[in-house]
Amino acid sequence: MNITWKPKLVAAAALAAVTIVAQAQQEIKIGVIYPLTGPLASSGAEMRDALEFAADVVNNGLKGVPELPFSAGGGLAGLKGAKIKLVFADHQGNPQVGATEAERLISQEHVVALMGAYNSNVTQTASQVAERDKIPFLNAESSSATLTQRNFKYFFRTTPHDELFVKNAIEFMHDVEQAKHIKIGSVATLAENTLFGNEAAKLQLKYATAQGYNVVKQVSYPAKTTQLTSEVQTLKAANPTVLLQSSYSEAILSMKTYKELGYLPDMLIANDAGFADTEFIKTLGKDAEYVVSREVWALDIGDKKPIIKKVDDLFRARYKIDFTGNSARSFTGLLVLADAINRAGSTDPEAIRKALAATNIPSSALIMPWKGVKFDETGQNTLGAGILVQVRDGKYSTIWPFDLASRDVVWPMPKWDARK
Amino acid sequence: MTAELLLQTLASGVLIGLIYALVAIGLTMIFGVMDIVNFAHGEFLMLGMYASFWMFALFALDPLVTLPLTVLMLFGFGVLLYKLVIRRVIDAPPLSQIFTTFGLMLLFRGLAQFFWKPDYRTIEGSLVSGSVHLAHFQLGRPQVVAGVGAIVVTALVWFFLHRTKLGSALEATASDKEAARLMGIDSHRMFGLAWGIGAACAGAAGALLSTFFPIFPEVGANFILIAFVVVNLGGFGSVAGAFWAGILVGVIEVMGGLLIGPQYKMALVLGLFLAVLMFRPQGLMGKTQ
Repeated sequence: MNITWKPKLVAAAALAAVTIVAQAQQEIKIGVIYPLTGPLASSGAEMRDALEFAADVVNNGLKGVPELPFSAGGGLAGLKGAKIKLVFADHQGNPQVGATEAERLISQEHVVALMGAYNSNVTQTASQVAERDKIPFLNAESSSATLTQRNFKYFFRTTPHDELFVKNAIEFMHDVEQAKHIKIGSVATLAENTLFGNEAAKLQLKYATAQGYNVVKQVSYPAKTTQLTSEVQTLKAANPTVLLQSSYSEAILSMKTYKELGYLPDMLIANDAGFADTEFIKTLGKDAEYVVSREVWALDIGDKKPIIKKVDDLFRARYKIDFTGNSARSFTGLLVLADAINRAGSTDPEAIRKALAATNIPSSALIMPWKGVKFDETGQNTLGAGILVQVRDGKYSTIWPFDLASRDVVWPMPKWDARK
Repeated sequence: MTAELLLQTLASGVLIGLIYALVAIGLTMIFGVMDIVNFAHGEFLMLGMYASFWMFALFALDPLVTLPLTVLMLFGFGVLLYKLVIRRVIDAPPLSQIFTTFGLMLLFRGLAQFFWKPDYRTIEGSLVSGSVHLAHFQLGRPQVVAGVGAIVVTALVWFFLHRTKLGSALEATASDKEAARLMGIDSHRMFGLAWGIGAACAGAAGALLSTFFPIFPEVGANFILIAFVVVNLGGFGSVAGAFWAGILVGVIEVMGGLLIGPQYKMALVLGLFLAVLMFRPQGLMGKTQ
């Protein structure tokens, strides 16, 4: 008799112990949908690293950065020290796959919230599934303005979107006028004629006019054009003080045409894309100097905001690379979501949604150039902002906002014949 | 708008038009001799650009210096392509021929992307860079050199076709394959020659372009649409027609862009194309069938 009941008792005791342990170390599953294969796989890998790093901060803390939320470690205090567990899914850059994976993560993995998906079009479909299933979706990297114009209740976006970036460029012009005591009379836009360029040009017109600038010319050109002669001659004739340009592949061609035809406005402010591509500076060399472009993030803002440098140093020590605009935003996104789950004190998606809506994180706790994180009723972070960089000595240096600038802006750009 | 600006823009239009002409001459040649539309023609241009780029990057040889070599390489490539692939579809239905050259286009783009990455490359510090100043006139020096180069190459092709025996044989094959064969002209040899010269023209255009245009696997797409318009406008198979039509398209694109608005520049070119199709379907200098 003794022989038979003893193992059963032991087994029961062991089972009870396991259950207790599992309860003590409750795991909060968060689903993450990223492009982990396909042409954007390298971006996906970089963002996955950043999220794993952020989850590790929440679960185990991070030494030497007390201003960072959760850096004391010990998991989510509001949920008795529960740990975050990330469940990754690969959307391959395909909106359909993104939606299917969102469905799978919700119904089979029982995640309490979703993050992703980098590509705006995948974010769109994946967040639709989340909205239907009433699961909060935190988007940290997609910049299409339309995503927060859908009246979704469960969709939250921490990153600024394209419209805000355009607005930033106009704000920068206004700030320069005040700081340098100059007057920017006229503005022109040059944009490629696909969705990206057209949208940007429309917004530039809207915000520049609202700020009181005279938009003297709006030039659009067919993407993949073989030459930009007539465009540049048209701009030359219009002679604006500032040129706002949105180009992908023609960024390099346009710069070469400017130089050949001896054209240069006082300032060229580019809308990222081709001007922020690694090839831009590499190809143009000295001729790329003084061009201003918008960016989401830059490592050199860490000079003015030490938390960025400290977290980046620890990130680099582990992953051998620095943060980028993408990975810094992913990292921040998970901390914002963890903060909401912690305050909700529950894994109930509705409670998490309410907590997200009440988010209020100050700038000092972020590794971003933002004024903080606070969502409006559309789910958009209203305190987000971009930065502007200027090419100086072959590198992009932050020049705006002025309090984060690593170098003073050179304005106007020196004319071609005045350069060495 | 000053006369100076108009004149300068006109000159820019002529210069880019000469490049269009050179690309189109290769295309019209292949069509004229064997009635095959070569969709992979833009890729010959791309390969010419990469050939110039690599000789510059690896051996520091200027694209202008290596131009003859690039032309020879592309000539060989064109002949080889004919012997290996095109020859097999010569009597196939036109649809098969279209699929063949279209497939080659995708293949070359894919291979270029695989081996050379999709990055934009440019040739910096070529013999020709900067601008030419003539009074108040300012033109890119690479463009001027490319324009002159295009004229020289076109003249050579014209001379070959009209002043040499081999050229006459090629012309004979173009006008009547069967009759030429009866006269003892090896038509396969002529077809191979047409592909070689066609590819060489595109290669020359690529080499000339490489001093001022970024080099990337899809670069052919930027030029091929215009080349088709030029070929049609000039008359399928007409070298002289392609030359003048190329210049015309360049001027209309640039001047129209300046006078009417850059967003309409391609619309103007394609509008002209439609007008020619409607009122003079054989093209400006094409022969009526």
